[in-house]
Amino acid sequence: MRADPREYQLVLADNLQATAALLAEEPGKWTPIAGGTDLMVLYAAGKLPARNLVSIWDLPELRGIEVAPEVLRIGAACTYSDLQKQEIVKGEFAMLAQAASWTGGVANQNRGTLGGNIANASPAADSLPALLAYDATLEIYSVRGVRQIPYSEFHLGYKKHALAPDELIRTICLPRKAKGTVSYCRKVGARNAQAISKVCIAGLARVANGVIEEVRIGMGSVAPVPQRLKKTEQELLGKRVGRELIEMAKRTVREQIQPIDDIRSTSEYRSTVAVNLVAEFVQKLCVEA
Amino acid sequence: MSPSPERIGKQEFSFFLNGEAVRVQALSMERLLDVLRMELGLTGAKEGCGEGECGSCSVLINGELVNSCLVPIAQVSGARVTTIEGLALHQKLHPLQEAFLECGGAQCGICTPGMILASVHLLDKHPKPTLEQIKDGLSGNLCRCTGYMQIFEAVRKAAYGESSR
Amino acid sequence: MGEAGLTERHIIGMAVPRKEGRDKVTGRARYVDDMTLPGMIYGATVRSTIPRGKIKKINFGQGIPWNELVVVSASDIPCKNCIALILEDQPCLADGVVNHPEEPILLLAHEDRYLLRKAVDAVTIEYEGLAALLVMEESESKKEIVWGADNVFKSYLIEKGDVDSVWENAAHIVEGEYRTGAQEQLYIENNGVIATYNAEAGVTVWGSLQCPYYVNKALMALFGLPEQEVRVVQMETGGAFGGKEEYPSMISAHAALLAKKSGRPVKIIYDRAEDMAATTKRHPSRTRHRTAVDANGKILGGEIEIVMDGGAYATLSSVVLSRGTIHAGGPYYWPHVRIRAKAVATNTPPHGAFRGFGAPQTIFAMERHMDRIARAVGVSPIEIRKRNFLKTGMTTITEQEIREEIDLGGLLDRAAGLSKYEEKKRDFNTAKNGQKKGMGIAAFLHGSGFTGSGERYLNSVVGVEGLVDGSVRVLVSSAEFGQGTNTVLCQVAAEELAIPYELVAIAQPDTTVVPNSGPTVASRTAMIVGKLVQAAARGLKQTLVGAGLLRETYTPGEFRAACQDFVSTHGELKSYSRYDAPPGIYWDDAKYKGEAYSAFAWAVYIAEVVVDPVTYGVSVEDFVALQEIGKVLHPLLAEGQITGGVAQAIGFALYEKIAWQGGRMANNQMTNYIMPTSVDLPLIRVFFEEKGNVHGAHGAKGIGELPMDGPAPAIVNAIEDAIRIRFDSIPVLPEDIFRATNMRPSA
Repeated sequence: MRADPREYQLVLADNLQATAALLAEEPGKWTPIAGGTDLMVLYAAGKLPARNLVSIWDLPELRGIEVAPEVLRIGAACTYSDLQKQEIVKGEFAMLAQAASWTGGVANQNRGTLGGNIANASPAADSLPALLAYDATLEIYSVRGVRQIPYSEFHLGYKKHALAPDELIRTICLPRKAKGTVSYCRKVGARNAQAISKVCIAGLARVANGVIEEVRIGMGSVAPVPQRLKKTEQELLGKRVGRELIEMAKRTVREQIQPIDDIRSTSEYRSTVAVNLVAEFVQKLCVEA
Repeated sequence: MSPSPERIGKQEFSFFLNGEAVRVQALSMERLLDVLRMELGLTGAKEGCGEGECGSCSVLINGELVNSCLVPIAQVSGARVTTIEGLALHQKLHPLQEAFLECGGAQCGICTPGMILASVHLLDKHPKPTLEQIKDGLSGNLCRCTGYMQIFEAVRKAAYGESSR
Repeated sequence: MGEAGLTERHIIGMAVPRKEGRDKVTGRARYVDDMTLPGMIYGATVRSTIPRGKIKKINFGQGIPWNELVVVSASDIPCKNCIALILEDQPCLADGVVNHPEEPILLLAHEDRYLLRKAVDAVTIEYEGLAALLVMEESESKKEIVWGADNVFKSYLIEKGDVDSVWENAAHIVEGEYRTGAQEQLYIENNGVIATYNAEAGVTVWGSLQCPYYVNKALMALFGLPEQEVRVVQMETGGAFGGKEEYPSMISAHAALLAKKSGRPVKIIYDRAEDMAATTKRHPSRTRHRTAVDANGKILGGEIEIVMDGGAYATLSSVVLSRGTIHAGGPYYWPHVRIRAKAVATNTPPHGAFRGFGAPQTIFAMERHMDRIARAVGVSPIEIRKRNFLKTGMTTITEQEIREEIDLGGLLDRAAGLSKYEEKKRDFNTAKNGQKKGMGIAAFLHGSGFTGSGERYLNSVVGVEGLVDGSVRVLVSSAEFGQGTNTVLCQVAAEELAIPYELVAIAQPDTTVVPNSGPTVASRTAMIVGKLVQAAARGLKQTLVGAGLLRETYTPGEFRAACQDFVSTHGELKSYSRYDAPPGIYWDDAKYKGEAYSAFAWAVYIAEVVVDPVTYGVSVEDFVALQEIGKVLHPLLAEGQITGGVAQAIGFALYEKIAWQGGRMANNQMTNYIMPTSVDLPLIRVFFEEKGNVHGAHGAKGIGELPMDGPAPAIVNAIEDAIRIRFDSIPVLPEDIFRATNMRPSA
């Protein structure tokens, strides 16, 4: 353990409002902590600069999952286990349930939260490509009230996001428009469990009469932020599924991603696997159309 | 980078440990693992990696498996914590403990407390698990000695009353 | 059961309960970090950040109350500044010069372990960097000399027959170069120790370790103390696999030095990052084969060149190299061979023991090479092996005659049947598209016990003691670390004495209590130490019979009574037995010829793999591990050794790679050093044959290391079968398969 607990404090606020008030007192002083599966790892390595932490783990306002006719509202402190238990998530947002099952083992899924995954802003995070594919919106809470931001605008750069120092993510809203779509997601890691992704994809499309009417593809670990493959989407939109479409889609991928060489993998490998994953996605559309 | 807090001293935290109410004096950011091992003298949970990868620190909080090296004590207030020491009841071993003994599920034993608690949690969710479910349920607990085979046997034995032999 | 004779008892061969099992499943087993002593403080190590250089200045940074800290440097070492092992080249603490990243320089201690951490970080060292050698080729080039006169720790030459004569008649000459990388043992319990020191009693250490007497010997030299003033106690040890064979001497020395200087008990426990970066790993290797074969694929002879990277100091490199060299020819008959082997120095943390100890490296090469020979000759992997297997009466590469009845061809056939090798290979080769599947074979051997005259040199002693309550206690320095030492040795004693297993216990290894039964390494414990336990138990029985307290056959109750009687009268009942080398065994250390091992275990492993065309990842779908091991003393323990070893070797083949940066392991976290989880392995199917062994307890051979040797070549052979790409270096990562696939004209 390379940190000194005497140099840190963790407080529990009574409710979300009190938490926001604390964050607003001295903006930048307090860091929210939910399940701790990211922050506590940094802490134990002696690499957590944040000294004053406020726990949002047990706040009921952040824990619920609310099903409305048009939208599913997921509290930011919902754990990966919570997500996997929800019928509506498994039914309409299967890629999110799938991503939740990929993240660490059971113990980490019982503590890791969707809001934490977003706020930690790692480009390798497992659930983020699915949020892109599902066109999520975030509700951001502070003493100033609630504001909405499309999830696709949340990440500003490597580990930089659109939260002000006194804001936190309250809800992840998923529009319930996935009915009748085909989805495909896959994570490529160094092993089958407990692996940081080398490449990760979540793709969703609506195909009618063999023609792609709607498509969104989210990809992780291939850029400083989780990426929508908009170029590929544009090329696929309005086209007829078939062998040629797979080849065409493959050709669009490389120019949209900037994977790196790092301790886990190489940029070349990531690029090629990204292309292969897109091909598998379009192949699935061909098969299921 | 925020300024250091003034030295906030130890506070009292109370929770339930293996069925009994306990109170400890600890710093809010002390890890549950360290509080168990050093304040409460329960050394069954082990530190294998300090980063939530190996699972040898696993305990149950409110019946859910967690890596205690990643849980700050301040978040444990009021919760029910179960450690390996709380499994056996009045000298009688838990069926999973018996099964691990019968099937060779423990070799060096360092992963065993966490592995058994992960198995308890697994059988709680899936009382008659398939092999896939067993493998998935234990994927967060690393064992370097067994290659996992006899651990799967032990879980099957506890669940079905017999292993595959 | 009445007057049960030995032949009616069933303790050997039964799955009796693990002696310390109940403690392990209840969390009561005590590992060193579970222990505290009154007044105990914590110790930590300041380490080199460069691979090679001179220490110019040590700065103790601001903000630390240095007067409160105990600081130990090389100048505090009472006697010899070395960790005595085979050579005495490795300093306990660097003195003016460092030769590898992470080399220990200073030791600090304080009662506040958080402050201690800050203190370590506050020490900054200025170096004058020297040119460093980071890989074996740099060392071989001798562009710098970093060790001895020529960077070579040790070399061996084995010559059998007349190799130079084989080339001209060869129908094929097959060449290949094979490489294996470093591998981290990754025991789940990190290295740790507690030490105390006082002027009268000397040094006491409690540690996570395999060889109490190695630590004892090292501390004697360091402190200039006699044996009885260095007490070493083995705590419950959470995995070792060789990684705690010699390294505990270093960490024990550190804790003991701090204990001496502070006058307090000192605990040093490494965290995972430090343990991975600073302690020993498997020796990286490069093996080159040049083999002459006839038109039928029979080996006429060949040359084998082996180089192993030993890191910065000699430690165990000479012995690792020795075992690797002796196993380099595999289970095959070589009428003529020349083997040149050397271990060289680089400026990386010294490499050391890891299960298999040189054999996994050279057997990887041999079994990959056999498949290469098969392809060159146009014969199947099964056929090529059958045509070259050793048979009873033939001699090995060290000219050791195989005296036991072996049928390796039959073993291979059985493994092929169990794995459905032929059918699957046929099916896979005719499958059209999609995932590529393949089958791969490895046939191999592993010698049990120390090489050649090693066991004679160890001169092991074992004791069996009768206690005043009539129970029996085994006295050995052999350490339990999961493999089942405690259980098996108690089984052997109980069987020999014809008393219940429950009546036999085993003493915690403590050098003031137990004799030196040798290190717990080399797959020697069940076989060699077990045989000594038998002899010592026999001696105990004979003492009681000789004292007129016991007849030749007796009941357990009568035994207990006799034992109680004797101890009450005489105060003590101990029987010792010393290793006696079997007659007719000769070994020439200079020529490296003769009886290398008193027994070999034999094995054939077959792997089925699938290669994913999207991710280039390899998955092992089925694994058959068939071995002949003399006698299965305990079916669960034996099976557990095989499945555990196979899992580690699958890691060696497909997952475990050290990312070296400037001679240091950069991926020293469990997140980035990848070992298999429960969802990464196939069901490992284990089968045994038992043909006995005159030199082992109840006919047992050693099995601890055997399973490490075969899986990697079997898997890489299977990958080649699946995708027709040859990999001669492990680990084979998806990135490697991708790169090789990409380079092919038609992917």
